[in-house]
Amino acid sequence: MSSENGISRRAALVKLGLFLNGIVGVALAIPIVRYLLSPVTRGKKIGYESWLSLGGLDQFPSGQTRLATYKNPVVDAWDGETDDIACWVRNVDGQKFQVFAINCAHLGCPVRWFPQSNLFMCPCHGGAYYQDGSRASGPPERGLFQYHYKIEDGKLLIRAGEMPTPGQPVANKARGKPTCA
Amino acid sequence: MRLIQKLGEWFDLRLQLGTPIRETLEHRVPRESASWFYVFGSAALMCFMLQIVTGILLALIYVPSAGEAWNSLQTLNHGIALGWFIRAVHGWGSNFMVALVLIHMVQVFLFGAYKFPRELTWIVGIFLLLVTLGMAFTGQVLRFDQDAYWGLGIGASIASRVPVIGPWAVNLMLGGPIIAGATLSRFFALHVFVIPGLLIAFVGVHLLMVLKLGINEWPMPGRIVRRATYIQQYHELTQKDGIPFVPAAVGKDIVFSGIILLSIAACALYFGPFGPSGQPDPTIIQTAPRPDFFFLWLYALLSFLPPSAETPILLIGPAIGIIVLLALPFVAGEGEKSWKRRPIAVLTVLLVAVSLGTLTHLAEHTPWSPVMDAWSSQPIPAEFLEGRTALERHGALVFQAKQCHNCHSLDDKGGQRGPALDQVALRLTEDQLIRQVIQGGGNMPAYGKNLSPAETTALVAFLETLHPANQKPASNASQAASLGASEAPPR
Repeated sequence: MSSENGISRRAALVKLGLFLNGIVGVALAIPIVRYLLSPVTRGKKIGYESWLSLGGLDQFPSGQTRLATYKNPVVDAWDGETDDIACWVRNVDGQKFQVFAINCAHLGCPVRWFPQSNLFMCPCHGGAYYQDGSRASGPPERGLFQYHYKIEDGKLLIRAGEMPTPGQPVANKARGKPTCA
Repeated sequence: MRLIQKLGEWFDLRLQLGTPIRETLEHRVPRESASWFYVFGSAALMCFMLQIVTGILLALIYVPSAGEAWNSLQTLNHGIALGWFIRAVHGWGSNFMVALVLIHMVQVFLFGAYKFPRELTWIVGIFLLLVTLGMAFTGQVLRFDQDAYWGLGIGASIASRVPVIGPWAVNLMLGGPIIAGATLSRFFALHVFVIPGLLIAFVGVHLLMVLKLGINEWPMPGRIVRRATYIQQYHELTQKDGIPFVPAAVGKDIVFSGIILLSIAACALYFGPFGPSGQPDPTIIQTAPRPDFFFLWLYALLSFLPPSAETPILLIGPAIGIIVLLALPFVAGEGEKSWKRRPIAVLTVLLVAVSLGTLTHLAEHTPWSPVMDAWSSQPIPAEFLEGRTALERHGALVFQAKQCHNCHSLDDKGGQRGPALDQVALRLTEDQLIRQVIQGGGNMPAYGKNLSPAETTALVAFLETLHPANQKPASNASQAASLGASEAPPR
């Protein structure tokens, strides 16, 4: 065996080793990436957005806006209190409802309802909204996010499951034309 | 003594680290670099080590679970001997570390230390700043309270504005569709494994380059950096006029680090730990979330930007800032180092410092936020009510009951979202007041639908009284002239 031959054989072995490790690396990378992206892909599963009851209609007197809470449809046992989400329910006239997300359309802070002045105000950057959720003043670029709702068996149901954000106003699909069962 | 020496020799024969360590310690540095201006980097490193130690101590108790984190913080604060102190040291250590990194960066910038051949040291330093801020933000999230919860909501709202991938970025950041257990777990992984790993790696490279390239010499006006000659000149400088780092230059570093550690401990003792504030229960909405100190300027900026400019500035601004910082050593890699010959550099630092300082100061007072309970907790001062008619006093009641006070102050009490109304009658005539109340505008909601005509009349009557006793309220002269023809008393 010549020394040149030996070197080339060693070089070939190194190349083979690198090649093998490369294949293993790719084979491992696929499940790792898939695992890391699971929060994104999980969203497409059924049940991720569900109809959730906010309680009986008698809790929401006509012409008033009340705070309601619901439990998020997708939960983990260790979520603690974070699964309990608040929203504002406006009973427009006993027939029509509006269900607003608690999150300000600017940066998501919790808006508060002031029945005396019929305004929602945000404590963070001073956004304000009228009683129908439309923008009144401040930095928000739009009105409050709204949930789809329907009424079944005397209960108010909303379609929820995702925190509404300015780039992903899922709760806003019903904006302007609330769906009613 | 001989035993120690023998032990040392035994280890050194096997480890063979004695010589490189001695050479590192005794490497020659320019005489003037043994200065009080050159102590910030080592102090920041000392802070980082303190953070590692206190962080590990906290991890002994802390439970990284959305359901338990807040309770475990309460246990740390109240149930474990001196747990509050460890939390306080970790919290204050974080503030000191960010401050020292920033001061170090300003010093390096003003002393031209980023110029050839230390460009990469500067760039790694930028990454160190970013990961340090990353530690500060993720650490704030681990203090899983109301501020952390809504802070995450703000982070998600910002992330969602990224074009195209925004919604995915939100899910990736939160670990799911809402802020919940998965969110805290991933921020824990970031804060405890990922970012510290990066930080240690960057610190290693940063220090290695400081040793290999030598510490920046004291900048002298007129001593120009040129790529062709600099390394030779620096070598001559350290050989001719250099001193060994240990023991000649290290003294000030040690003293300053000691002072910093003492200051952190003193702040921790005196001010105590940061929070936690209320429980992270999203149904408790009586909260006004605020970011930690080093992100207050951003908080202020977000409320002052016009809505249309917000998204582009929010997303492009930081990218431009980082690119500018990274490009700096390539654009200005040669030339003068001394700040005495670099007026634009000095002005830039001053401008940035004044801007950040002003925004931070504003964020501590949040003049843009309504005072949510002013209408019910801050009565109208008596001097605005004395000697007023029943109608005017009723208007004052409307002013309180309709939450006007949340945004408008009287005698410096109440919100500052809108203008103070102490002398509003001097600025607006009666008709203008009515129009402003009913139609709103200029960032004020319209109250037309929320006030009865009687309430509006009363409110405006009250506002009309808000002027100094010796100055007449504003009036429309042309109106007076045209109406005056019929209303003037007969001669």
